[in-house]
Amino acid sequence: MDVLTPTTLDEALRMKAERPDAVPIQGGTDVMVELNFDRARPAVLLNLNELAELRGWSRENGSIRLGAGLTYTEAMEAPLAEKLPALAEASRTVGGPQIRNRGTVGGNLGTASPAGDALPPLLIGDAVVELASIRGERTVPLNEFLTGPKRNALADDELILGARVRAAHGAQTFMKVGPRNAMVISVVSLALTVDRERDEVRAAFGSAGPVARLVSARLADLDGFPERVAAAASPIDDVRGSAAYRSHALSVLTARAVERCLQ
Amino acid sequence: MNAPARTLELGRVGESVKRVDAIPKVTGEFAYSSDLFAAGMLWGHTVRSPHAHALIEEVDISEAVGMAGVHAVLTHTDVPGAKAYGLEFADQPVLAIERVRYFGEPVAIVAAEHPEQARRAAERIRVAYEPLEPVVDPERATEQEPIHDGRPTAGHGFRDDPRPNVVRSIVIRHGDPDAQGEVTVSGVYELGIQDQAFLGPESGLAVPDGEGGVDVYVATQWLHVDRDQVAPCLGLDPEQVRIHLSGVGGAFGGREDLSMQIHASMLALHTNRPVKMVYNREESFVGHIHRHPAKIWMEHRAKRDGKLVNVRARILLDGGAYASSSAAVTANASAFACGPYAVENALVECACVYTNNPPCGAMRGFGAVQSCFAHEAQMDKLGAELGMDPVELRLRNALAPGDSLPTGQKITGSFPAAEVIRRAAALPIPEPEELPRDALRLPGGSGNTTRGEGVRRGVGFAVGFKNVCYSEGFDDSTAARVRLAASDDGIAAVVHCAAAEVGQGVVNVILQTARTELDLDEVVLGSATTSSVGSAGSASASRMTWMAAGAVQLACRAAKDELERRGGDLEHGETIDVERVYHHRPTTPLDRETGQVTGDGAHVAYICAAMRVVAEVDVELGLTRVVWIGTAQDVGKAVNPQAVYGQIEGGIAQGLGLALMEEIQTQDGLITNASFTDYLIPTTLDMPPVEAQLVEEPEPDAPYGVKGVGEPPTVVSTAAVASALRDATGRQLTRVPVRPDEIVGLP
Amino acid sequence: MRVELTVNGERREADAWAGESLLYVLRERLGLPGSKNACEQGECGSCSVLLDGRLVCACLVLAAQADGHELVTVEGLGEEAGLHPVQEAFAETGAVQCGFCTPGFVVATADLLARNPRPSDDEIREALSGNLCRCTGYAKIFDAVRLAAGS
Repeated sequence: MDVLTPTTLDEALRMKAERPDAVPIQGGTDVMVELNFDRARPAVLLNLNELAELRGWSRENGSIRLGAGLTYTEAMEAPLAEKLPALAEASRTVGGPQIRNRGTVGGNLGTASPAGDALPPLLIGDAVVELASIRGERTVPLNEFLTGPKRNALADDELILGARVRAAHGAQTFMKVGPRNAMVISVVSLALTVDRERDEVRAAFGSAGPVARLVSARLADLDGFPERVAAAASPIDDVRGSAAYRSHALSVLTARAVERCLQ
Repeated sequence: MNAPARTLELGRVGESVKRVDAIPKVTGEFAYSSDLFAAGMLWGHTVRSPHAHALIEEVDISEAVGMAGVHAVLTHTDVPGAKAYGLEFADQPVLAIERVRYFGEPVAIVAAEHPEQARRAAERIRVAYEPLEPVVDPERATEQEPIHDGRPTAGHGFRDDPRPNVVRSIVIRHGDPDAQGEVTVSGVYELGIQDQAFLGPESGLAVPDGEGGVDVYVATQWLHVDRDQVAPCLGLDPEQVRIHLSGVGGAFGGREDLSMQIHASMLALHTNRPVKMVYNREESFVGHIHRHPAKIWMEHRAKRDGKLVNVRARILLDGGAYASSSAAVTANASAFACGPYAVENALVECACVYTNNPPCGAMRGFGAVQSCFAHEAQMDKLGAELGMDPVELRLRNALAPGDSLPTGQKITGSFPAAEVIRRAAALPIPEPEELPRDALRLPGGSGNTTRGEGVRRGVGFAVGFKNVCYSEGFDDSTAARVRLAASDDGIAAVVHCAAAEVGQGVVNVILQTARTELDLDEVVLGSATTSSVGSAGSASASRMTWMAAGAVQLACRAAKDELERRGGDLEHGETIDVERVYHHRPTTPLDRETGQVTGDGAHVAYICAAMRVVAEVDVELGLTRVVWIGTAQDVGKAVNPQAVYGQIEGGIAQGLGLALMEEIQTQDGLITNASFTDYLIPTTLDMPPVEAQLVEEPEPDAPYGVKGVGEPPTVVSTAAVASALRDATGRQLTRVPVRPDEIVGLP
Repeated sequence: MRVELTVNGERREADAWAGESLLYVLRERLGLPGSKNACEQGECGSCSVLLDGRLVCACLVLAAQADGHELVTVEGLGEEAGLHPVQEAFAETGAVQCGFCTPGFVVATADLLARNPRPSDDEIREALSGNLCRCTGYAKIFDAVRLAAGS
């Protein structure tokens, strides 16, 4: 096993091109668990911690650009938290402070777990994922980027640079159901926004199907929306909860989120 | 806040004294069993069964032995002495022979220079298994093929039960088991498998002494019984195996059985190098026994005025693959099945069975937790049926000195059940908090799931009890040794006691007792090892305060007598060194057929507690926030009040965990949530403030009137939290941990 | 591979296998076992350390990621004169039982109070929600945080 630590993005992309089997590691909250429990022994780890290009966030043409290295702690801080309230609320539900200080939005995209807490808030913001390789850069809409449970559209030689998200145009919220009151992987989660500019409600759920998924409706067409969201899910029974409960909870969350955001 | 904030450095019995190990623990200097290091040390690793039940056709270690850094690869053929061990019955192989009986059972062990080398070598050990159908349903276990040849637990004075896979069965017949009441309530209750989830994983260091013996530095609950199990398996005399207590990162029953002790010793003796073993969290879930899951059928018959007439209970405990302390857990579940209530007629049938599920044994509360959950649910149900206040119903039936248990044992010592009920019921409960409020103070907590929608409040109440110390004629003793010597300021004392400090604070009990008895501040605690002092018995059964105080008191008094005989002073270089062994009043077995006491009684004393719980439940999502817990507990005498409050608060947290979230899940005997990601224990946002009242009614025969404090909070809180959830939801909630599905009414 | 870092103000270096966590290097290679190995998956906070001043779980940091960075562990928290006020408070209030979680709680509390010297009860609970304790039920840990905040 070897660790490569590039100090510039160009260097990182070259390394990734040379070693497409290299596993990127940023906050380590997923990769290190695999290593510590002997579930993975990648030949090469690509340490992204030293890449300034991946840090922070910026405004770009009316949307928000999040660097892949943006931590959950940073996503909870103003003024970003005011532009993306659902992401801020979701970040507050991620682990404890130790995890939020290390875990990143890019990590959530790379792992592509159906339970990734940042994914529903990004979906309701019509997020587009920015990818790069020595071949060049490309963007992929998040709903296309997520191809299955822990699978995404990232090519072997690519790295995730970040995501561009539409800033909130109306109230947003995020809710996460877990078996205890802190430090949980979601049993089911929901991000929702009332987007007055587009006259629509967008809801996205996590942990209720192979990928986090978006469901939208016109503001005038909200009757039965909670049931529609629940119907769009395809949850399974697992150690964290039952499929029936997930469907039930999803409709309850949606109804509450709509009410919360319409107030 | 319960305890005074200020503590003393050098206090006596009855004072809040700062823990003697507090400073090294807050600075990180305290050496836990996983922190140890020795020059030339190797790392041990265990190869475990991926099957719950399988025959082992072949173990091929040839590829592993030659790998870089690997110094030993051992299997059952390398066990030098006895091939099996066990706390009560030697039914568990040191390394599996021919058959594995549970998921995670050790099959082979490896020593290498780096843990990664050991892991890679372990991967190359080829074990050919032929999977067998696992026995996983305890209700069917007594009709299936026995998973052990012979009957490992037969012939120990237990009731003869010829059914396959019975570890022990007990029938208690008391009065007229057919007696009828005017009102009858019944129910079926279930509890999942709870894990001790101590934070310090199983670990230790075995160091060969160069003369064929071994020193084992380990986190355990009972040094001498570890030695008595380790030595025969190593083919050594007990003196050749010295067990030293290393820092213990919590225990709660989970360190009563051996984990890595024999394995590390085998590797150390084989390689002639120190060997360290540290389980990771996943391995820890298969590295120790758990709390028995249970299914309990109960019927309560009562008069209209609430007086209990007859309690009929059937209790089925799943012991898993090996006996551990299942026989004693069975006795407790039976003896306390009716709760701390006087009932003239009872029929209690309890059986614990072998299965291929995770082995179960001791955990805080030891059988009483399971029974309490059932009998308190029944008392709530009876109260509802009678339209009677649940507190009033419990007071009307509360056991008192002079009454008898269903085992026929008469209560002779302290038993303030009515007092704890009254005191807990009198604690004022907090007013409902206004909305809106931060999500952290609502069900769902940081998940931000409600602003108040769906939230209902409930108040629950429960009472429970159990025994202190060992029972049923088991010899219960603790040794202590006191050494007095001249010091610059007069006399200084060193006290040795092998009592395991597992976090409960017995080190302070020993020191406070010695300071009190010797009327001396200069008392030092010697290290706890099998080579410096006799057995202390285990840190379990809420017994260690009583027993250690008793032993230290005896030894100190003997030392003082000797000092007086020598004129009250010691010359420089002159010492007094005495060891004394304390026994509590002996107990006697239960009659194997009737479950009735023989002789003086099966138990030496009892401890009880009552608890009131306020909870808010989001009935649409099935999420809970426990708002407040008030409790009154019978403690005899609080040796160190601050530590007693700490035991109560911590014990409650474990019971709350079982009520709301803690369960080892299995599928065909395989554990599916062996991690702290999926086996959840309460966080800072799950535990409410606890208002605790100590009821100090001295136990007549105990030193200073002490009893024990560790277990009652855990026994009662599961039942009390479930009671509050029932009140909030109007649902039966007959199984813990309560799943959100049950609260929202999904099948 | 070689890792060089500053631990508790001192330059330290260690040879490590590439797959080792910072926690392993601290405990087994640098003689600093104060950070504890309770879950090794970021769920319990027992290995909490400050990495470049930020509270993190050392078990989730690849040792190589700490190369060139600054670290404070529980062993480096106290001042020359003696204990850190948070350590004093934990010892005083009975917040320590088995103590296995204590180093992590102490570091997390020191981090909290450095950012927020007068935390509310909710803020204390939220800030410490990444640290598990199995012994105390947390009540005396909260007492300790309040005592340290007042001192």
